[in-house]
Amino acid sequence: MTPSPPVLVDGLAHRYGSRQALAGITFQVEAGEIFGLLGPNGSGKTTLFRILSTLMPPGAGRALIFGFDVAAQPADVRRRIGVVFQSPALDGHLTVAENLRHHARLQGLGGAQRRQRVDEALAALGLAERADDAVKTLSGGLRRRVDLARGLLHDPSLLILDEPSTGLDPGARRQLWQHLDTVRGRRPLTILLTSHFMEEGDRCQRVAILDAGRLVALDTPAALRKTVGGSVVTVRGEEDGDGGEALAAAIRKRFQLETQVLDGSVRIAHPEGATLVPRLAAAFPGRLASVSVQSPTLEDVFIQRTGHGFHMASPAEAGQ
Amino acid sequence: MSHAVQGADAPAPAPRPGLIGPTLGLLQREVIRFVRQRSRLFSALGQPVLFWLLLGSGFGASFTPPGAPPGTGYMTWVFPGILVLVLLFTAVFSTISIIEDRQAGFLQAVLVAPVPRLAIVLGKVLGGTVLAVAQGALLLLAAPLAGIPLTPAAVGLALVAMVGAALALTSVGVCMAWRMESTQGFHMVMNLLLLPMWLLSGAFFPLEGAPSWMRLGMEMNPLTYGVAALRRALSWSTPAVLDALPPLGVSLGVTALFAAAALGTAVLLVRARPGTAP
Repeated sequence: MTPSPPVLVDGLAHRYGSRQALAGITFQVEAGEIFGLLGPNGSGKTTLFRILSTLMPPGAGRALIFGFDVAAQPADVRRRIGVVFQSPALDGHLTVAENLRHHARLQGLGGAQRRQRVDEALAALGLAERADDAVKTLSGGLRRRVDLARGLLHDPSLLILDEPSTGLDPGARRQLWQHLDTVRGRRPLTILLTSHFMEEGDRCQRVAILDAGRLVALDTPAALRKTVGGSVVTVRGEEDGDGGEALAAAIRKRFQLETQVLDGSVRIAHPEGATLVPRLAAAFPGRLASVSVQSPTLEDVFIQRTGHGFHMASPAEAGQ
Repeated sequence: MSHAVQGADAPAPAPRPGLIGPTLGLLQREVIRFVRQRSRLFSALGQPVLFWLLLGSGFGASFTPPGAPPGTGYMTWVFPGILVLVLLFTAVFSTISIIEDRQAGFLQAVLVAPVPRLAIVLGKVLGGTVLAVAQGALLLLAAPLAGIPLTPAAVGLALVAMVGAALALTSVGVCMAWRMESTQGFHMVMNLLLLPMWLLSGAFFPLEGAPSWMRLGMEMNPLTYGVAALRRALSWSTPAVLDALPPLGVSLGVTALFAAAALGTAVLLVRARPGTAP
């Protein structure tokens, strides 16, 4: 008897009219993980979020939360998940405490238990002093924090967050992650979050990368970066009007390397990029505007697996 | 995975919420929101009162209610109809917040909470009904100014009729707003469907004078019976007006059926989860 995983997605597909938003996705989230669902806008991650949070049944395939089917047993799923939406689900006319009390009621918490949970949530997220402020007077970062408190009120086993960093400045983003860590330190909690910030994937224990409704990568961030190679060399040529294609062809011919052209730059995954730099400079005197060597990022993983840039999804894919 | 056990080993789930707690919570929120948005009080009560004063004064000279004793002006006759207009405005506009809540993301959090869908509908409908009846009762206090004496029987019956009509109208509002993406669409339905429904309910002019095709439409209009019940409550002392109305039992019965049907439709709509909208 193995316990059911927090999230099990099996052959999940969904279409809106003629547009295929999810094209058969399978993965599993283990208990206690922070799992990131990464992808550009239109990659299908919002559709997946809506299905997992029981807002919408899937077109095909199934999704189980702790073994309960999101389509057939939504009530059982809802009692075990906390959901934090892209825009905080708070009523601006109500105070922080009123909002939390309201949602505690919706979660079936009554009387003394409701007061206790609301007070705990306010204290845990450092909101006690703002309890009586109207939500509409709060900053975006504070609102997000109140919304996180709302999502955790009923002590869910799985927390699902949709684009939690969107609209937050870097400071507020850092704070949000600190708060997530604090919460996880206190109790067992599995977290699944979506993001279109690839660098945010590095904060997750495992990530799934989506593109155009398909899963293109699924592993730990470190393992994924390793698949790209030791380093990524980016070469930008002097303006020659062809967007770098000629330079890429020349590099391929001269060094027998695989290249990708993106945004006018030539990208080369190479185990020891630093050794390539002097050879490139010697081979193409006067033709190079800049050469840089970096450790591969999750964005490089995305580019390598899809052949296109992260924020360059075609309009059809992005049209959601 | 084939050996996986549902929910095994997972920490205990949150309790299963009942019907009453969440319903009261949602109702309370409606009331708090309304009280904190002063402009809503004016638009829901002020506009009908303005209509009442202008229409009453304007038509006063040219209109004599059927069978009414001399001295009963239009201002007195139209008063129950104005009360229904207050109910209509407050009840229906309270449900516009469904669209705003959906756009703001607030509604989604309600939908993923483990509350019975019935509680979501009841909270909204009862919230709108409480607000509508409270405003109606406020205007009812002005009845003596229109020459309508407020006896306990009149007030009691008027409140019953107002609750029935408000329940029905709020439920209609929920049905309208549930699938609607923008508030503009809501205003359009309000203007093209609900205001004509009020105009043809015997609130604005009596059934007797209307051409027969229109009269048929008015008799089919469920709101006609809410207006009739209210008019009966407030015209207790003028039998001539009462003779022209459907019987009290029919008026209250049709109003109750209207409310039940609209509420039932709203529950069905909310239970059906969207499958296609992005």
